[in-house]
Amino acid sequence: MDMKATKKKLGIKERYAHMTRGLGWEPTYQPADAVFPYDKYEGIKIHDWDKWVDPFRLTMDAYWKYQGEKDRKLYAVIDAFAQNNGHLNITDARYLSAIKLFWQGVSPLENYVVQGFARAGRHFRGEASRVACQMQAVDELRHYQTQAHSISNYNKYYNGFHSQRHMWDRVWYLSVPKSFGEDALTAGPFEFLIAISFSFEYVLTNLLFVPFMSGAAYNGDMSTVTFGFSAQSDESRHMTLGIEAIKFLLEQDPANVPIVQGWIDKWFWRGSKVLALVGMMMDYMLPKRVMSWKEAWEIYAEENGGALFRDLARYGIRPPKGWADACEAKDHISHQVWLLFYEYGGAAAFHTWSLTNEELDWLSAKYPDSFDKYYRPRLEFLRDKHARGERVYQSTLPTLCTTCQIPLCFTEPGDPTKISHRETVYEDEKYVFCSVHCQEIFCNEPEKFVQSWLPVNQIYQGNCFNPDVDPTAPDFDPLKAVLEYFKYNLGRDNGEFEGSEDQRNFAMWRGQASKN
Amino acid sequence: MSVEIKAVEIKPLRNTFTNVAELIGGDKPASRYQEATLGVQATTNMHYRPTWEPEFELFDPRRSAIQMHEWYGLKDPRQLYYASWTIQRAKEQETQEANFDFVESRCLHLSLSDDVKKLALDVLLPLRHAAWGANMNNNELCSRAFSEVLISPAIMQAMDNLGIAQYLTRLGLLLDEPEVLDAAKAEWMTGEAWQPLRHMIEDSFVIRDFMEIFLVQNFVFDGLLYPLIYDRFVDDTLTSRGGSAVAMLTSFMPMWFGQSSKWVDGVLKVAVAESEQNKALISQWTNTWRDRAVAALTPIAAMAFGKTQETMLNEVVEQFNARAKKLGIAA
Repeated sequence: MDMKATKKKLGIKERYAHMTRGLGWEPTYQPADAVFPYDKYEGIKIHDWDKWVDPFRLTMDAYWKYQGEKDRKLYAVIDAFAQNNGHLNITDARYLSAIKLFWQGVSPLENYVVQGFARAGRHFRGEASRVACQMQAVDELRHYQTQAHSISNYNKYYNGFHSQRHMWDRVWYLSVPKSFGEDALTAGPFEFLIAISFSFEYVLTNLLFVPFMSGAAYNGDMSTVTFGFSAQSDESRHMTLGIEAIKFLLEQDPANVPIVQGWIDKWFWRGSKVLALVGMMMDYMLPKRVMSWKEAWEIYAEENGGALFRDLARYGIRPPKGWADACEAKDHISHQVWLLFYEYGGAAAFHTWSLTNEELDWLSAKYPDSFDKYYRPRLEFLRDKHARGERVYQSTLPTLCTTCQIPLCFTEPGDPTKISHRETVYEDEKYVFCSVHCQEIFCNEPEKFVQSWLPVNQIYQGNCFNPDVDPTAPDFDPLKAVLEYFKYNLGRDNGEFEGSEDQRNFAMWRGQASKN
Repeated sequence: MSVEIKAVEIKPLRNTFTNVAELIGGDKPASRYQEATLGVQATTNMHYRPTWEPEFELFDPRRSAIQMHEWYGLKDPRQLYYASWTIQRAKEQETQEANFDFVESRCLHLSLSDDVKKLALDVLLPLRHAAWGANMNNNELCSRAFSEVLISPAIMQAMDNLGIAQYLTRLGLLLDEPEVLDAAKAEWMTGEAWQPLRHMIEDSFVIRDFMEIFLVQNFVFDGLLYPLIYDRFVDDTLTSRGGSAVAMLTSFMPMWFGQSSKWVDGVLKVAVAESEQNKALISQWTNTWRDRAVAALTPIAAMAFGKTQETMLNEVVEQFNARAKKLGIAA
């Protein structure tokens, strides 16, 4: 036998390069611009895709090994949770509203970005960047599906989980994350990457994913928290992709800087609006609270984000335009959004309730500058009315911001007593906004945002009724018809927690499981 | 004798999500595959047109000329969802890894004769680029497809394609020096035998119809290439010439092809049975691309089999046509 000398040992970097970028080639039978038609129209200039630094050198064999191991453990817990009625170990049935909000408003986004990352993973010219995007695409598939499997058990026993996809496409407050996700997916591949990988995964993940998962840990939700721990290593890979992507774009050409800055301004602001829902969840929906929204914002946005933007200053990037306003809003948004959902509780597919004194005191302590002055009196007033049997339900439809689609409920910077409101006329139509930043996003891309499917406007136009209803019938109840179009089980999915079926069932089943 | 542990039993309010129930004939206990996949993709009230393709809605079945009254009929008979996929691949990877270890620790790769080794590298290494092309097409399929029942297996298929390209790369690195990868790429780019294949694959990169991408890559290209290369070339030709080490290093591929064919057949069968119009279109795509692929594989078969090339290729084509016929395709 012809025994050869020991072969050259490749370094990890060279080996990984052969496993990824070495696989691609420059097409010659088809023009490169026909094979990669989407990576020029946004104006981003890439001179050398080889300068892309692989954020994590993971080959498929290692990927399958790690992920397979993680999923074996995760599904063992999901199975055990289902088998042993793990849902009865949560702190309190009010906690269910937090996971309803997650399942209704966040999980569909995980599923959305599968296609977005697959598109980026196909259409960037650099192979290494494509592989990184593809791994995130399949990870996001994992996140959606593991969430579906964790939530599946809750859906069997509680309301509000049953028609996620149907509600996502129709319900007024879900058009906030839906329009956010569709804005990113309909953008070009570079904007998509800055929107999701950088602005969302890198800058804001700790304010979205972490609060929900910590909330689950604090409230005895073994199923969700196990998913959270299991997804952590995926999330850190996604964050690494985000920071690598932005540095790569900024280093490739100075002309990229203003384009990227514009996207950071836009997506930071859009992200911070979506996060208002998380703020409400943290401050109001968790029976056992982790930290206040304000504290989370201070640590994860102000401290971490501040350091990040100091770091990016060397590329000519400044903090996002809406930064100061978003920071000021930390004292207010969670309360404003909760009050909105409380008053529109009849139209939300989760429950709302009156807070106990102890909970109000917690908020007073966490928000010394705003809570007692602006929000506690209103909450106590609503609680008193409820105690007198006059639970407040708003039935007039609110005005929605054309960009973020949240009802106008936020206040002017500098004046927490005045609802913030802006208007722009574009091609003879009037458009309304919640803030100067949402207005600016519209004005930068009016042809995109005039297309917004605004639920309230659609309701007025009669587009939110089931096909078999007759709006001219004498007993026609438009609100009820809309809620049926949303596929709500009226009186079970929506409204006040106190006296709800979820509350009763949880108490009864827990009693069954813990008493003789 | 059976042991029965008692747990507190609570009667559930419902069995599954409504989007699943609507597709499985009512509220019944649903499998993990069903809950992960059925009725998941958004379908209506989309906000903005894609800036990259304003002629379509963001999620739009019109991206294919194939028409289905119910896209969720195109189910994956493997019933794969992420966890079952990754756990299964992890097991298969363990076997493949053990094969690499076995070959390396016993120096089986050094026992290959020079001409067998050269033949193996000449035929297999440029195919890592073909696997990368498959990865591109399945990513495109994932990003353009309508209904989760296609989107979800498409991204898993794309990652499988990448894994295969990487196994071939590892094979090159084990059998020889890293320079063989560059040499194989040069062949892929300019070697006469490889140009028809590369030309065909590049032409597939500009297909926009997602069902055509699905069919061209996963049915036609794979359906001809894998049986030709892994069954006939690696498992027969090389093995009979003392190259069974190569078969060990590529054992993942024919096994994977067997699995993915189940998916492909499952989808095509339902799409063909849907209407005469679908059947005609699928048959037309199949015939056009099959003839093209056979021509593209001819010089590679010549390299791999020498004078038996025609028999080998004919066998593979017959096998493919029989498979197509079983699916209702007029091939």
